[in-house]
Amino acid sequence: MLDPFQKFKFPHRHLLGIEGLSAQDIYALLDLAEEAIEVSRQVEKKRSTLRGRTLINLFFEASTRTQSSFELAGKRLGADVMNMSVATSSVKKGETLVDTAMTLNAMRPDIIVVRHAQAGAVHLLARKVDCSVVNAGDGAHEHPTQALLDALTIKRNKGRIEGLTVAICGDILHSRVARSNILLLSALGARVRAVGPSTLLPAGLDRMGVDVFRDMKTGLNGADIVMMLRLQRERMQGGLIPSPKEYFRFFGLDEEKLGYAKLDALVMHPGPMNRGVEIDSAVADGPQSRIREQVEMGVAVRMAVLDALAQHLPNG
Amino acid sequence: MNGLSGSAAVQVPSSRAVAHQPLALVHGRLVDGETFSGEPGGVLIIDGAIRDLGPDVAPRNLPSHARIIDCGGDVIAPGLIDMRAFVGEPGAEHRETIATATAAAAAGGVTTILARPDTHPPVDEPAVVDFLLRRARDTGRVRVLPCAALTQGLRGEDIAEIGLLQEAGALAFSDGAQPIRNARVLRRVLAYARDFDALVIHYAEDRDLVGEGVMNEGEFASRLGLGGIPREAEAIMLDRDIRLVNLTGARYHAALVTTTLSLDIIARAKAAGLPVTCATSINHLTLNESDIGDYRTFLKLAPPLRHEDERRALVAALASGLIDVIVSDHNPQDVETKRLPFAEAENGAIGLETMLSAGLRLVASGELSLQRLIGAMTLRPAEILRLPQGRLRIGAPADIIRFDPDEPYVLDPSKLRSRCKNTPFDEARMEGRVKLTLVAGETAYEEA
Repeated sequence: MLDPFQKFKFPHRHLLGIEGLSAQDIYALLDLAEEAIEVSRQVEKKRSTLRGRTLINLFFEASTRTQSSFELAGKRLGADVMNMSVATSSVKKGETLVDTAMTLNAMRPDIIVVRHAQAGAVHLLARKVDCSVVNAGDGAHEHPTQALLDALTIKRNKGRIEGLTVAICGDILHSRVARSNILLLSALGARVRAVGPSTLLPAGLDRMGVDVFRDMKTGLNGADIVMMLRLQRERMQGGLIPSPKEYFRFFGLDEEKLGYAKLDALVMHPGPMNRGVEIDSAVADGPQSRIREQVEMGVAVRMAVLDALAQHLPNG
Repeated sequence: MNGLSGSAAVQVPSSRAVAHQPLALVHGRLVDGETFSGEPGGVLIIDGAIRDLGPDVAPRNLPSHARIIDCGGDVIAPGLIDMRAFVGEPGAEHRETIATATAAAAAGGVTTILARPDTHPPVDEPAVVDFLLRRARDTGRVRVLPCAALTQGLRGEDIAEIGLLQEAGALAFSDGAQPIRNARVLRRVLAYARDFDALVIHYAEDRDLVGEGVMNEGEFASRLGLGGIPREAEAIMLDRDIRLVNLTGARYHAALVTTTLSLDIIARAKAAGLPVTCATSINHLTLNESDIGDYRTFLKLAPPLRHEDERRALVAALASGLIDVIVSDHNPQDVETKRLPFAEAENGAIGLETMLSAGLRLVASGELSLQRLIGAMTLRPAEILRLPQGRLRIGAPADIIRFDPDEPYVLDPSKLRSRCKNTPFDEARMEGRVKLTLVAGETAYEEA
């Protein structure tokens, strides 16, 4: 696998979001990821595409799963991986972000993977460095590799994305996963729905081509994919919903509500799950769930992204 | 999601079985909010519902085993539906209980009460809704419907469990006498309520503008040396609320409008097609600030009684339908909280038992038609709360009253059935006496 990609040269230096990617770009990354799955399933899970290269994980927001997913992806491609978790509490907004970036840049990394709590922070950083930048999540804005792994999961199970009805349920307002998925799924021709209480839905969704529903019964009716978003603790205490009990009763995915979707609908969740809040254990662990598969797809997709960006590296 | 939970809407006091023997009220004058404005006729009731009505309901046309009540020319109307009454349970049983409140209601011709949720504990948990429904079923003479809280603990911070409360049987949502001060909170409450098609009833008052005020701001307050509450305290909040309704699309009912400034706002909202309705209290329609006289605390109300010009405007707005509903705003306060210097006394007056009589003054003076008065106390509340009663219509629940609109009496507070006697009509000359009150065809009150 992973000889320099002959047929298609990935035309972007960074991956800052799904926005700006063409359908062709996306399918190319998904194809590359399919090959990466095979690599990860072998005994010797290593290739040399990024041998000698330096990958830095720069996470301003704590995240075990995404960070370790990128770390594994880099190591499986042979890169030297360095993890940096930066506490933001003592940091002045903006100033130290740029300082940090320029300091790192002086160490000449090849790829920086960045997660930050503020929307747009990764874009700011990308302007200040010479290497490639991957957005691992910037505030409520985008989380492109999550959308890619979700798409890969869907494609491998349903054979396609175009024409499917995907219902994204929960706190869309604060979710970068939702935004990236809306962009990606729409670009590939799926019908996207947002389902949640009005207090968790951003304005203007309908103008993004999304069908908006405020109850699960009509929202899940005939859906092929049910994508549940995590309800963060801050939302529960932040006056946007009355209580976890009420939320679960009306918006949590249990077997009854899953029954409103198609019989062969898939259940997905970016993780980590709040069992009993947005999703029932029986459903999370049930036959329609693809949640564990999403995690495996995550490493493969990140290998594909790193591989695609590696084409732009000097002597790449 | 429909706010009409079946059990609450058709709840019947359990102490009586639904009558199977047909009951006919004959020789009356039918008045209701939509069809009848005094036409001679009667009503036939079977199994708790209206089965026939009109001029043909007469002794010659009835089933032979029917019980017949000759109404002797009295008015036959739907039982009144009161959208704002404090019934005391849970937590304030020394002021009122469901038993005493419903006894007062029945004697006053009120057959459905929407109970205020600012009790102790407040109605912000499904368990309290259950409690109310059970207590009403076991001790109430008339229907008592739960109104649940908009915010948890009525604190104006976190949205109450509107979905669960609605499932438990709440018909509407309100924070009682508390306004929601924070616009962000109200916006979220309205947006969330709209998802459940829940009715939001809000008491619109800017507490900061009220400040230390205790009566309507103006010449009279200045003469009495009492702090004044400007009309803007109501209007500013109402204006804010309506803009948020425009933003969210929730169904909004202004609990008490009392000023011309508010009427302008309501008129604009309705003209814009917003889902807005409003009520005023029987007190604000029949009394003005000068009735406070020499510091009579039974006239101390929130919002305060206004100038006579405002009162007249309210009556005209009621006549035109701009104001949808009349409420009693029944608020029992015992002697300890009222027999105090005016500024220290609690707000509130009772009204369940006198609401109809007081309203009839407006008919007697020619300011309002009887049909409109009755409609504002029956049909409009029924439409807003989506209830089947409140109408003289075949198939509707037989919540019916019989009253003589002209019979005079002097109000003796000691005879009132409420636990507290803080009536603003103390020793006033009243007209209009309820003689019979039926709930689902069963007698809830009968004049001795």
